[in-house]
Amino acid sequence: MKKLINSADSVVEDALNGMAAAHPSLRVRDRVVYRADGPRPGKVGLVSGGGSGHEPLHAGFVGHGMLDAACPGEIFTSPVPDQIIEATKGVDGGAGVLHIVKNYTGDVLNFEMAAELVEGVEVAGVLVDDDVAVQDSLYTAGRRGTGATLFVEKMAGALAEEGAPLAEVAAVAAEVDERSRSFGIALTSCTTPAAGKPTFDLPETEVELGIGIHGEPGRARVPLAPARELATMAMDALHGDLPLRGDLLVMVNGMGGTPLMELYVVFAEVAAYVKGKGARVTRSLVGNYVTSLEMQGFSVTVCRLDDALTRLWDAPVETPGLRWGR
Amino acid sequence: MERDLFVAWFEEATRLVRADRDRLTRLDAAIGDADHGTNLDRGLTEVLKELAGSPPESGAQVLTTAGTTLIRRVGGASGPLYGSLFRQMGKALETPVTLAGFAGAFEEGVVAVERLGKAVLGDKTMVDALAPASRALALAVRDGAEVSVALGQAARAAQEGSKATIPLQARKGRASYLGERSVGHEDPGAASAALFMAALASVAG
Repeated sequence: MKKLINSADSVVEDALNGMAAAHPSLRVRDRVVYRADGPRPGKVGLVSGGGSGHEPLHAGFVGHGMLDAACPGEIFTSPVPDQIIEATKGVDGGAGVLHIVKNYTGDVLNFEMAAELVEGVEVAGVLVDDDVAVQDSLYTAGRRGTGATLFVEKMAGALAEEGAPLAEVAAVAAEVDERSRSFGIALTSCTTPAAGKPTFDLPETEVELGIGIHGEPGRARVPLAPARELATMAMDALHGDLPLRGDLLVMVNGMGGTPLMELYVVFAEVAAYVKGKGARVTRSLVGNYVTSLEMQGFSVTVCRLDDALTRLWDAPVETPGLRWGR
Repeated sequence: MERDLFVAWFEEATRLVRADRDRLTRLDAAIGDADHGTNLDRGLTEVLKELAGSPPESGAQVLTTAGTTLIRRVGGASGPLYGSLFRQMGKALETPVTLAGFAGAFEEGVVAVERLGKAVLGDKTMVDALAPASRALALAVRDGAEVSVALGQAARAAQEGSKATIPLQARKGRASYLGERSVGHEDPGAASAALFMAALASVAG
């Protein structure tokens, strides 16, 4: 498959160089993306990271009201402890640092190792595990972290920006994760630059339910159906796990290869579904935020809001990938 | 002498992993995220660079250097897991190296992997190749086997352990997300662990 790259080996580095060139508000050093104006004394630092290929997640969410640093790994591969240690030290303003970690074995191991090895910085961690496609049981590595990562980074970031202490920021991060659920459906596979061919074969006539953000297979394959039916399958999975009630923040997220127009087609169905359950979409986000290279498909992430979380969602944010109110 | 042997182990392991890179990645594509061969090849290349750049003085140091490099440079789950295996082995290995000493250090390394990955035999992970290899080594030591025989048995045990993951349902790592659909595929981590053991048997056997 055709790719706009110089070489498969340099794609992450080259993209980071581009981000640094495009956004003077960011500083890129040794595979860590920092806020150029940080660290701010007394402010809790937020560090996240994970494999590359999910842009704008995470580096695109570095900035005012969100992350202080992001550690991009190789494509779909977690960052290494060295990066996380550097980032943690680099963003510490004396108030401690929160690690926001998506629940994948590799991410968890590398963040754990970094938290153990870093000296002189108070570190708390939150594990994001919102994907209802995966059964959370003794017999799996637990639910995967997907779309809710953006919600956690945004709302915990807003609270940290206000000067809240580490324990409170960590508690809100965990609460957002707790209140959030995601489900994804893929129409096509992604292709990693190193492999050069699709990660999995998905026939023209089928979709993958419960797809992971790295092209990991999900729950089942079913025939391609109208957007209304696909949206209903996703929403049934969410509603079955955490009943839709009250005020909701709803994101319809593209996986990188789906036109915005189609995402709005899906959002219309999602909004109708929510209404049908007697709940309200009070905040929304539609676009490509947690992507899987050029995969076609969408995921829906829902967070049950209260007034405090709504306020944190509405708080000003200024990052390459998300900005309002400032 | 023993230092050179351990360096040769990593050179041979790198050669085997590179030759099998596409197979490992294909196994990973079936039940994971299609990067195991690529990542391990990249990590081992870094290990060889590190070993050439600042040559360690002992076999134990070769192991700790390799382990630390894998932890720091590879990422993913395999970096910390393989890194811990070799780092713990290096810490436990006494000079001069004997077969019994090596078997003991290897067992400690495998325990470190089990602890870090919270995996046990049968979870469909690299432990399914490493633990049988460790047991085969211990048995060979008990029976007073020659080095070449002992390492050959360990390599065979790892290979059989890896093949034995095919009918298993994964309970750890990304493959566990698949539930029953992980059945019928060989675990890529077990497959690469078998390559490490084959490399050792080939250079020290």
